[in-house]
Amino acid sequence: MRIRCPYCGERDNGEFSYLGDAAPRRPDGLEAQASAMHDYVYLRDNPAGEHRELWYHGAGCRSWLVVTRDTRTHTISDVSPARDVARSRRPGEAA
Amino acid sequence: MHYSVFSVLGQALRGQRGWKPQWRDAAPRTEYDVVIVGGGGHGLATAYYLAKEHGLTNIAVLERSHIGSGNVGRNTTIVRSNYGLPGNIPFYEQSMKLWEGLEQDINYNAMVSQRGVLNLYHSDAQRDAYARRGNAMRMAGIDAELLDREGVRAMVPFIDFENARFPVKGGLLQRRGGTVRHDAVAWGYARAADQRGVDIVQNCAVTGIRRENGRVTGVETSRGLIRARKVALSVAGSTSLLAAMVDMRLPIESHVLQAFVSEGVKPLIDCVMTFGAGHFYVSQSDKGGLVFGGDIDGYNSYAQRGNLATIEDVMEGGMALWPGLGRLRLLRHWGGVMDMSMDGSPIIDRTGIDGLYLNAGWCYGGFKATPAAGFCFAHLIARDAPHPDAAAYRLDRFATGHLIDEKGMGAQPNLH
Repeated sequence: MRIRCPYCGERDNGEFSYLGDAAPRRPDGLEAQASAMHDYVYLRDNPAGEHRELWYHGAGCRSWLVVTRDTRTHTISDVSPARDVARSRRPGEAA
Repeated sequence: MHYSVFSVLGQALRGQRGWKPQWRDAAPRTEYDVVIVGGGGHGLATAYYLAKEHGLTNIAVLERSHIGSGNVGRNTTIVRSNYGLPGNIPFYEQSMKLWEGLEQDINYNAMVSQRGVLNLYHSDAQRDAYARRGNAMRMAGIDAELLDREGVRAMVPFIDFENARFPVKGGLLQRRGGTVRHDAVAWGYARAADQRGVDIVQNCAVTGIRRENGRVTGVETSRGLIRARKVALSVAGSTSLLAAMVDMRLPIESHVLQAFVSEGVKPLIDCVMTFGAGHFYVSQSDKGGLVFGGDIDGYNSYAQRGNLATIEDVMEGGMALWPGLGRLRLLRHWGGVMDMSMDGSPIIDRTGIDGLYLNAGWCYGGFKATPAAGFCFAHLIARDAPHPDAAAYRLDRFATGHLIDEKGMGAQPNLH
């Protein structure tokens, strides 16, 4: 599997570290209910198919990336800088 | 047919023409008391113990592919009970005891080989941690021996004791640990369950779970609707997909774990050995191949195949510990899909839906747990109450804070 980093080009996946699903949003600390924190910390959709996920290019540009990948085939359809994804997102909206 | 030395000799005289299939390839009936989804080791063991311990025989085990095609045939066959936390210790020891009596119990040669599991330590701090775990085991009546360097040298003289970064200082040994032939476990449980009347239905994928008034009523499958009073999910790797059919989200991610076998060689290593400074474990199969593995790939996957970066990492771990491995060629490797739970420990529990039971989240410890998981899951299904040895494996422990984090990694599944 290779990931096409927007800054460094196509690189071996061994250069990257994986964090997980990019969808969970941390509930607001002051407003958060315990159940909302539980869902955020522990529960995952874990789909078989398209998955948006956070990778870190630690052996390259050290950027956080949002990779869209099919978990059945490892085919990657999109890689975007996590910063751009975060900026394009309205408050409260999933990544 | 009862297997014995007499049946083997008898068949030898009759040209081996009298053997019968070991279980019926059953067609699904329209209704059962219990439907077990997943015909892996755990599902088959569950069916067997439901029949044997609880007298239930109107049971179907549904397998989407063929028996032995999933994780029960994809692991590295290691069994052990060298755990350190109270929630885990009684469960895995029960499993070990069931392994020790398994072949007589199911009349099947599963090649249970208690050759010893040796965990190496490489620093003073690691020795202390292993001593603590060994003491926890011994207090629970489980065998554990802390070996010094010479003790390890007597067992595995060929490893690199003087490695500059990770010198081998000793090891924690569980002599009762070892390996079991995984295919035979699946086949043996399938045969034993079938003999007690369980229907084993292959090529039968579950596509939906029927509910009425908060109670399970059956499953929709590729071979038609099957009604059931109780439905038990035992589908490591695909648990989240089944749970999604009843709108459940779980503390589980599916990850791929790779395993490897070298070319066959003469006897090299007579125990299971694990590297303490990286993730690498190795044993030798009876055919002579070295069977080894390491970390999961680390990203969500349902693909049953991994990538080269992890293969390289496993080989580096192996070479750091045992440089002689470099002279061997790799024969084959494969991947299996794991339920990685958020604390690295499994779930055997009821769900919020009456009649729906869950056995999941085995990370990469599922094979060694096969007998006890079946035993405890059967208890839960039959009596609607958890077995005491598996009482800690609750689904709600993530909400209540009673995590069983054996490795101390936190809610990061790819680190467990």
